[in-house]
Amino acid sequence: MSVIVPTTLAEALAALADSPSATVVAGGTDVMVEVNFGHRSVSDVVMVNRVAELRTWRRDADVLHLGAGVTWSEIEASPIAEWVPALAQAARTVGSPQIRHAGTVGGNLGTCSPAGDGLPVLAALDAVVHLASADSTRSLSFAEYMVGPKRTARRPGELITGVTLPIVDGWQGYSKVGVRNAMVIATASVALVVDAGSVRLALGSVGPTILRCPEAEVFAANNVDFTSRVASSEVVAQFAELARAAARPIDDHRSTAVYRRHAVGVLASRLLRRAFPNE
Amino acid sequence: MTDTDLGTAAATFDGTHSGLAGRLGDSVARPDGVPKAQGSYQFSGDLTADGFLWGATLRSPHPYARIVRIDVSGAWKIDGVAAVITAEDVPGKATYGLISQDQPVFASDIVRFHGEPVAAVAADHPETCRRALAAIVVEYEVLTPLTDPEQAVDGSFPPIHPDGNIVRHQRIIRGDQSIEGPIIVEGTYEMGRQDQAFLGLEAALAIPAPGGAGVELYVATQWLHEDRKQIAACLGMPEDNVRLVLGGVGGAFGAREDISLQVHTCMLALRTGRPVKIQYDRAESFHGHVHRHPCTVWMRHHAGTDGRIRRIEARFLFDGGAYASTSSAVLINGITHTQGPYQCENATVHGWAVRTNNLPSGAMRGFGVVQAAFAHEGQMDKLAAAVGVDPVEIRLRNAMQRGDRLITGQVVDNVAPVARLIRETAALPLPTQPVGGTDHDPMRLPGGAGRTADERHIVRGIGWGVGIKNLMYSEAFDDFSTARVRLADGVASVKFATVEVGQGFITIVGQIARTVLGVGEVVLETIDTQIGSAGSTSASRQTWMSGGAVDGACRLVRERLFELVAAKYQLAAVQLEIDGTDVVDTLGTLRIPVAEATAGILIEETFEHHHVPTEDLDEDGQGNCHTAFAFVAHRAVVDVDPELGLVKVVQIATAQDVGRALNPLSVVGQIEGGIAQGVGLAVMEELLQVNGIVKNATFTDYLLPTFLDMPDVVISLVEEPDPHAPMGAKGVGEPPTVSSTPAVVAAIRDALGKDLHRVPVRPSDICF
Ligand SMILES: Cc1cc2nc3c(=O)[nH]c(=O)nc-3n(C[C@H](O)[C@H](O)[C@H](O)COP(=O)(O)OP(=O)(O)OC[C@H]3O[C@@H](n4cnc5c(N)ncnc54)[C@H](O)[C@@H]3O)c2cc1C
Repeated sequence: MSVIVPTTLAEALAALADSPSATVVAGGTDVMVEVNFGHRSVSDVVMVNRVAELRTWRRDADVLHLGAGVTWSEIEASPIAEWVPALAQAARTVGSPQIRHAGTVGGNLGTCSPAGDGLPVLAALDAVVHLASADSTRSLSFAEYMVGPKRTARRPGELITGVTLPIVDGWQGYSKVGVRNAMVIATASVALVVDAGSVRLALGSVGPTILRCPEAEVFAANNVDFTSRVASSEVVAQFAELARAAARPIDDHRSTAVYRRHAVGVLASRLLRRAFPNE
Repeated sequence: MTDTDLGTAAATFDGTHSGLAGRLGDSVARPDGVPKAQGSYQFSGDLTADGFLWGATLRSPHPYARIVRIDVSGAWKIDGVAAVITAEDVPGKATYGLISQDQPVFASDIVRFHGEPVAAVAADHPETCRRALAAIVVEYEVLTPLTDPEQAVDGSFPPIHPDGNIVRHQRIIRGDQSIEGPIIVEGTYEMGRQDQAFLGLEAALAIPAPGGAGVELYVATQWLHEDRKQIAACLGMPEDNVRLVLGGVGGAFGAREDISLQVHTCMLALRTGRPVKIQYDRAESFHGHVHRHPCTVWMRHHAGTDGRIRRIEARFLFDGGAYASTSSAVLINGITHTQGPYQCENATVHGWAVRTNNLPSGAMRGFGVVQAAFAHEGQMDKLAAAVGVDPVEIRLRNAMQRGDRLITGQVVDNVAPVARLIRETAALPLPTQPVGGTDHDPMRLPGGAGRTADERHIVRGIGWGVGIKNLMYSEAFDDFSTARVRLADGVASVKFATVEVGQGFITIVGQIARTVLGVGEVVLETIDTQIGSAGSTSASRQTWMSGGAVDGACRLVRERLFELVAAKYQLAAVQLEIDGTDVVDTLGTLRIPVAEATAGILIEETFEHHHVPTEDLDEDGQGNCHTAFAFVAHRAVVDVDPELGLVKVVQIATAQDVGRALNPLSVVGQIEGGIAQGVGLAVMEELLQVNGIVKNATFTDYLLPTFLDMPDVVISLVEEPDPHAPMGAKGVGEPPTVSSTPAVVAAIRDALGKDLHRVPVRPSDICF
């Protein structure tokens, strides 16, 4: 077993090229749980938490670039919280302060659980995921990147270098249901983004991937008043109905499919009402 | 074994100083508080010894199966493995148990619950252990498990254990059985399986004596002597050859009352001739200890139009899981508390504790009374609604007083300030903040960090729970406690086997010794089996029982001291008294410091404290089976999101009958902690099993309240010293869990105007 601790992206990619099956560890808040439960056997490890290029973010005009190693506690704070408030709200729901200090957006993308809290926001913002290997780089839309529960288009030898998000003018928000008031895995979650005549809705924990809801989105865009922020209660109710219809939830020990479907409807209607407070 | 034999052993706990200055009634800080907060305290999981091996346990993946074959040869092929043991290797009694010994050390022919131990290994590293366990082949013939306790009662399921599927049935028949109405309210109340979820996981270190003649076990437990008795029997050794020393305990709540890893660890150490340590991880802990009994209670109350209870009918069904543990005692606690803290002359109660292939159930804070209270408090609210009075009034009208009888015929001969508790709780301030708070912080709303709701989605409710809890053991059991006090040169040393699980006995000891003996410094000796039993740290009993023993020993020492001083100064001993840190002559002028009076001499006394004897119940459940009682009232305020079914408990107000608060800080700690556990049971804590398979044995999915889930707690300590209690102090550990749960549920019902009869209340119970 080898543990490599690169400090530059080039070193990290070289290490991964040498050992494409190595386990990449950022904050370790997913990896170590899997190791402890014996769900993952680790041979070689590439630590990416000291790679400066991954630890940074930058804003270019209306685009925010987050390095994969940016932590949730950085995302929930200013200035990122002002630029992408929905992502900051999602960040605030991740685990406990300790977990948010260690856990990263890249790790959330790496695990790619349908319950990952960052993911519905990335989906609703049409974020782009950047991947690099020693000899190439590519960029995928979030929808292309997440292919199933904990399954992604990332190839062995590739690192997630970061994610780019638009900074939008309209309202955005994230809501998550769990049976505890903090530190809980989502039983259902919803991200809503309003931007220049469009409404984008993404559902978490109610399907094999994060689900966008094209019918609900189009319906809302056609039936709300963006300038005076008006949505009738019929529109809100129909929007919730379409969100419910888009969900593909299952029963498990955390909740039931029936409750999950119900919950995304409630959250979708409440988020739409927050975005369009006037009846 | 003598003390010197143990010289090389792991760290011990000698010489712990009992707090700083502080006498009875003072809020004395725990001596181990700062080390625990800083992470330097040594829990039993931190124990090590030179050259120790790790032990690990192989557990059944099935809730019910026949073991066809066990092949351990694969484990032996792994480098570093030093021992592999199964049922065949148990040197003594094959089974253990607190009341009946029906649980195998290792399953030999049948496994009866998911996670039952089948084999254990010792090796040089935990990872070697893990590989060794994986290399053991166990062939099972899987059987259909008995998971519905009703099937155990109705006899429709063949016995899953030689002792049968019914652990105990008891009825209570009292008074006029023909009373009906005029007001009748009825309900069925269900409780899911709560885990004690102590944070300090099970851990023990066993050190074999040379030649295997004996063993010394450092362990986090609740009752050293009872452990020793069961361990020695299984090891086939005289008890004298087994010494137990208390390892640092990180919480217990009943889960450490039964044996878990004790026998396994000792067997591995004796087999290898080397120290062996076993430490469970969280998942194993969920399987490895007993839990609170899931329970279904049906009750029908008959009352007058004034709401006064005339007769109660009830049926209790406790799911004891695979082995008996303390189920028979939990059952008795449950059914004998059917009426709650209310007057009732007539009753018809049937209770069963049964065996199933679910996880074994046993002791947990509240011990059967939590189940009863959830039901009787639900009934009181129904009764209030039926007669058209409010929840406070119905409880005041029925409130028990000292001298009233339980439905067992036993006279409640303790301070019983039920009406006062209710009134004092009602007088405590309600939350000043509206829903969401004046700062509109979304964290205050149900859903918390998830930002699921806005203020307009939330409704607030208020609910009540009032409880009675028996203290100490019952049914003719003499759960005495022993303490030895030595006084020399102004320093008192106290020896006892009382387990400190976090409840604060180690502060009380110093407070008693300082108060009675006038000493400044109190040294606590190692807590081990080198003195008589202290009984279990459970049943809210240690301040009363072991406090009584320490108090008794201190008083004997004080008498001897007064005799010595009296002889020296030609006074009568009865004239002397302790004033502060001095011995004083109440009739004269003599005043000498205790330190001076005891210079160069040693006074030593041992005292055994027994409580008043109790009786068995007769066939009709009549008899003075309990020792004493304490009372409590809770008022809960909750905010509920009816559409999503999410809850935020905003405040719990409580008045508790504590007798006398010997250490108010500790009492408040017990109340807040007990309420946290009661809130957890009300709205989130449940260990789920589907067909006997455990589904959520992790802290990811077994949810405990976090700080954001914990309500504000406002407390009134009601101090009416109990004449039967040493120092007037009642046990305070369990009452906070007894009626906080029903109070929270009542508040949710109040917010919704909806009947809820199961805990924990799930979101879907609220919104569908
Ligand atoms: C107590 C606790 C509570 C939690 N609560 C939540 C919660 O509420 N919501 C939530 O969404 N998650 C939660 N998590 C999960 C976890 O914290 C998050 O998914 C976090 O974002 C993971 O980030 P990390 O840096 O720790 O990932 P790591 O554990 O280091 O890695 C996770 C995965 O991503 C891969 N990976 C990491 N970085 C890269 C990279 N740059 N390129 C390629 N692959 C990479 C790793 O190989 C691994 O497969 C919780 C975890 C714990 C332990």
